[in-house]
Amino acid sequence: METPKDIKKINEVTWEIPTSYKEGMNVPARIIATEKLLNQMDKGVFDQVTNVACLPGIVKYALAMPDAHWGYGSPVGGVAAFDLENNGIISPGIIGFDINCGMRSLLTNLTYDEVKPKLKLLVDTLFKTVPAGVGAKGFVKIDKKQFKEVMEQGSKWCIENDYGWKEDLERTEGYGKIEWADASKVSDKAISRGINQLGTLGSGNHYLEIQHIKEDEIYDKKAAKKFGIFKDQIAIMVHCGSRGLGHEVATNYLQKFDKVMKENNITIKDRELSCAPFNTNEGQDYYKAMACAANMAFANRQLIMHRIREAFSKVFNKDAEELGMNLIYDVAHNVAKIEEHKVDGKKKKLIIHRKGATRAFPPGHDELAKIFQETGQVVVIGGSMQTGSALLLGTKEGESTFYTSAHGSGRTMSRTRAKHEVRGENLQKEMEEQGIYVKSVSMSGLAEEAGFAYKDLSDVLDSVVKAKIGKLLCVMRPIGNLKG
Amino acid sequence: MKFKYLENIAIADIAFEAYGKTLNEVFENSAYAFFDMTCNPRTIKDKIKKIIKVKAENEKDLLYNFLSELVFLKDSKQLIFNKVKVLIKKNELKATLYGDKIDYEKQELRNDIKAITLHLFNLEKAKNGYKAMVVVDI
Repeated sequence: METPKDIKKINEVTWEIPTSYKEGMNVPARIIATEKLLNQMDKGVFDQVTNVACLPGIVKYALAMPDAHWGYGSPVGGVAAFDLENNGIISPGIIGFDINCGMRSLLTNLTYDEVKPKLKLLVDTLFKTVPAGVGAKGFVKIDKKQFKEVMEQGSKWCIENDYGWKEDLERTEGYGKIEWADASKVSDKAISRGINQLGTLGSGNHYLEIQHIKEDEIYDKKAAKKFGIFKDQIAIMVHCGSRGLGHEVATNYLQKFDKVMKENNITIKDRELSCAPFNTNEGQDYYKAMACAANMAFANRQLIMHRIREAFSKVFNKDAEELGMNLIYDVAHNVAKIEEHKVDGKKKKLIIHRKGATRAFPPGHDELAKIFQETGQVVVIGGSMQTGSALLLGTKEGESTFYTSAHGSGRTMSRTRAKHEVRGENLQKEMEEQGIYVKSVSMSGLAEEAGFAYKDLSDVLDSVVKAKIGKLLCVMRPIGNLKG
Repeated sequence: MKFKYLENIAIADIAFEAYGKTLNEVFENSAYAFFDMTCNPRTIKDKIKKIIKVKAENEKDLLYNFLSELVFLKDSKQLIFNKVKVLIKKNELKATLYGDKIDYEKQELRNDIKAITLHLFNLEKAKNGYKAMVVVDI
């Protein structure tokens, strides 16, 4: 792949594209990656991250994470901060259609040897318990009024309705609830797309995975001990978001913002970067509607976790409490939030957009619950279903990226091409030989998610660690996977 | 059914081109691509007939709204289709759709389309009629 000619090396893992690269750039663009990953990045990343750099009110630089790849408007793996006092905007294109698509990681006190003989039964049970794939309906039957409560209360609604444990909340980003959510800003159409999907996994790259933590892959022993991570442990990871609701909210406001941009004389380089000044009625309405979709996603993952606990409990004939099924962390990787960051030595309120990028607050950050005060926030990195995933911890050096880290491996190959390379049935067999039992609603969907369609996880982790935007806690290897 | 999938347009998603001698036909073929991405059409029985009406300011937006309506019917009513007849008059469309409720026991489901995107979205006159270009978010 070709990198832009005038890209400048700042250090081993930081690259800068100057404002002279493209007309209209307000700030430079920065890419966090090893040289190897930089060279593998698709051209779309450079084009799109510099388009983002042209938006009004952007501060410092438009960023791309090591796992970045082409997306709609902004690359997936894009980070941008806008100044609230200086015409800063909000843009659905730098948040993602799947609002609060995110990761949830939970533990068990079971070892690999205890789970191995029951792995197939376990995956098959989960397959029946957690609805996945096209049109799958959730197990929670609620009316419109209750759904609005979910959108405003997030995970809190789940705990109040006995779908989880009280302590789950402090282990969820922002306690699983965004306060400024206002259900009246969400269209009826968006509600009718989302109401049946609560507690469903979805399809595409969304999955539920059973993982093995190996002794030599626990890197921060002290933090591991604190969170109850031990060698040969079985952990579980969930990747999903706000389903149809988030998409409908994003689409609704993308269209509304066309008019707002005209009124405010904002020009953009790509229609998918449609935006509104944060301090306009439309900008505020989207911020409140986005929060509703984000809360639905927190609730969605909470409900899925509830079902996972039930499935494990059934298979191992023990309570989820007895099985030590504690949440480690739930974190969004598609969201925008107001945060305070230093710009030119001064603290400023910024609206931080993260799309396919994970918040990674450092130790001592006042928004973190007590359990993370010493360690820093846990960052959950979901890799491809064939390679592995990882947990990281936020660092103080993360200031350079507005306390943001990567979110996954990042795709390098299109779905259509991946499907031509391998058949789902063959991939399933191949994975079984590797010791991974995978079950998917769709065989073609499975082929599209083959490991070779993604960047190498170790390259992504290497970049993150070298850039000090995350400290490695542990790596998890897949042994069972359920796909939509 | 004239459509083809395009490689290397949208890394994480699916892109297709659809063709038609007439405007009605290019809309129908775009819908057939949508059906094919969602479910193996041969495994759907046409038990339910659904008529929808869609309006827009121009033909391009009409196609976008029409395909978005298919996403909406899938998510809100669990309806998928394998046959369609489209009639367009002055940026107003009437489509008659045949299909069934989603049923994993009987149907071979594929991808869950979450949105029709505006990226490279196009509808244009081509040599022998019309050509549409669509990228869907998976």
